[in-house]
Amino acid sequence: MSDLTDLGVAALRDGFRRGDFSAREVADAFNAAVARAKPLNAFIVETPEHAIAAAEAADRARASGALAPLSGVPLGIKDLFCTAGVQTTAASHILAGFTPTYESTVTAKLFTAGAGMLGKLNMDQFAMGSSNETSAFGNVISPWRRGDGGNAPLAPGGSSGGSSAAVAARVAPGATGTDTGGSIRQPAAFTGIAGIKPTYGRCSRWGIVAFASSLDQAGPMARDVRDCAILLEAMSGFDPKDSTSLDEPVPAWETGLSSDLKGKRIGIPKEYRVEGMPAEIDALWERGIAFVKDAGAEVVEVSLPHTRYALPAYYIIAPAEASSNLARYDGVRYGLRDLPDGGSLADMYAATRAAGFGAEVRRRILIGTYVLSAGYYDAYYTKAQRVRALIARDFEQAWQSCDVLLTPTAPSAAFALGEKSADPLAMYLNDVFTVPASLAGLPAMSVPAGLDAQGLPLGLQLIGRPLDEQGVLNAGLAIEERAGFTARAGQWW
Amino acid sequence: MSVDAATVRKIASLARIAVSDAEAEALVPELNTILGFVEQLGEVDTSGIAPLSAVIPNHLRMREDVVTDGGIRDAVLANAPQAEHGFFAVPKVIE
Repeated sequence: MSDLTDLGVAALRDGFRRGDFSAREVADAFNAAVARAKPLNAFIVETPEHAIAAAEAADRARASGALAPLSGVPLGIKDLFCTAGVQTTAASHILAGFTPTYESTVTAKLFTAGAGMLGKLNMDQFAMGSSNETSAFGNVISPWRRGDGGNAPLAPGGSSGGSSAAVAARVAPGATGTDTGGSIRQPAAFTGIAGIKPTYGRCSRWGIVAFASSLDQAGPMARDVRDCAILLEAMSGFDPKDSTSLDEPVPAWETGLSSDLKGKRIGIPKEYRVEGMPAEIDALWERGIAFVKDAGAEVVEVSLPHTRYALPAYYIIAPAEASSNLARYDGVRYGLRDLPDGGSLADMYAATRAAGFGAEVRRRILIGTYVLSAGYYDAYYTKAQRVRALIARDFEQAWQSCDVLLTPTAPSAAFALGEKSADPLAMYLNDVFTVPASLAGLPAMSVPAGLDAQGLPLGLQLIGRPLDEQGVLNAGLAIEERAGFTARAGQWW
Repeated sequence: MSVDAATVRKIASLARIAVSDAEAEALVPELNTILGFVEQLGEVDTSGIAPLSAVIPNHLRMREDVVTDGGIRDAVLANAPQAEHGFFAVPKVIE
């Protein structure tokens, strides 16, 4: 039998059902892979016992004929999801030692569906970052290396960098991610895997450490489109505990998969041809266009005129919401407390927050506090929300002439760790193609579509109408089948 | 618009984050770079455009006005840095 860690979610599920192997064998194989992968620093906490308990339950369920949809499948869980009895920190010191007494809705759904947990995945602190360099637990190292013989450690993308590295390294068959401005799609593109952010409201935010509540959405990251469809089905669904949860039935996305795009119109937004875009990214985009044409789609050019204002609007809205959400870390109810000798309650708040938050988190809280402060609220926050309305309107108009949009996921392949960390603005520009769909709450996914000259993965992004995850997945599948992306990182760890 | 060190100290105080004078000085160019970047929104004509409040149309729900939770004091206090007699404990706030 080939190595079980070579199998994805669907192959593990189906092989386990057929009796090719036991769930315990699967859990043991992935637990061993997690233990070997420490040089990647993808996990903050490893939970082999959780994976084994779920596997033993799955083996018993198979014997009694009571299989659940994800029986036999172990997953990595981003450290933004509260997990009962397992430390949850959002990769920040301020949540040091925080052990939730409750389970997030999304992880509860996955575990009820039979999945096990391999561990809690490293990430950018509070999901603020695009390279996984803001974690209080150290950088995640991408399993990929440039083909130039140098061994410069590369960024796995962010903020779901532990998730992307673990899946790309075959340490987990799938993982949860969260996406606020591109945190599922950009790391997926950097590491040659697939990832989907569903429509805002599909996945409950309950029990997910909040960053920017009007943007945060959970979603799966996995090897391919089918695996994403399977995981998304298990993660989605109405939750009365989240006031923005959508009371909509969860479609059977896996059953609905079809790469036949006849009758579909794929829009190419001309504003995404940004100045200075590398020729390789442009060429990849052209290949993607050829792929969807080959799958039967009609390709049309569309215009999203406010695209260039998405990033500046995002860097007002997201920090504003973050400054409000992160006010809860006060050293009173959970996590770190720093009380200077003889200090007052106010001194304790200020010292705790100075000691607990990393530099990027502090920066964003300060920006957010500033744009929400008296006298500036309308000039910044209200203005940004008006621009956001225009960005959403751009998409609505585009849907009159197309069904799905096709764009590159990121403006470059993975960069080296340290290459952009000194310049916050250069880092923010990574999200130029992913942020607009986030601002409009639209479903969007990244699929691996090729390699750059250095042998590093590049991804294409598909953006769909509200609630049309199926259209996104199907267009992604059409590209996946034609791109034939089989490259994987050589194992150096 | 741009900030100076005094404004940074003021924002930090509003945000309840302790900053030294040196940190405040260092934050001035960092924050101004970001504020300079977002300034370009001023180019966009947004007259007559209502600020977006919900990305996906959704009605806020009402629920039955009944007790649905509670009796979990120990779970609520489980992660407190300091909990005493069934309460969160903080430095003395009244003399």
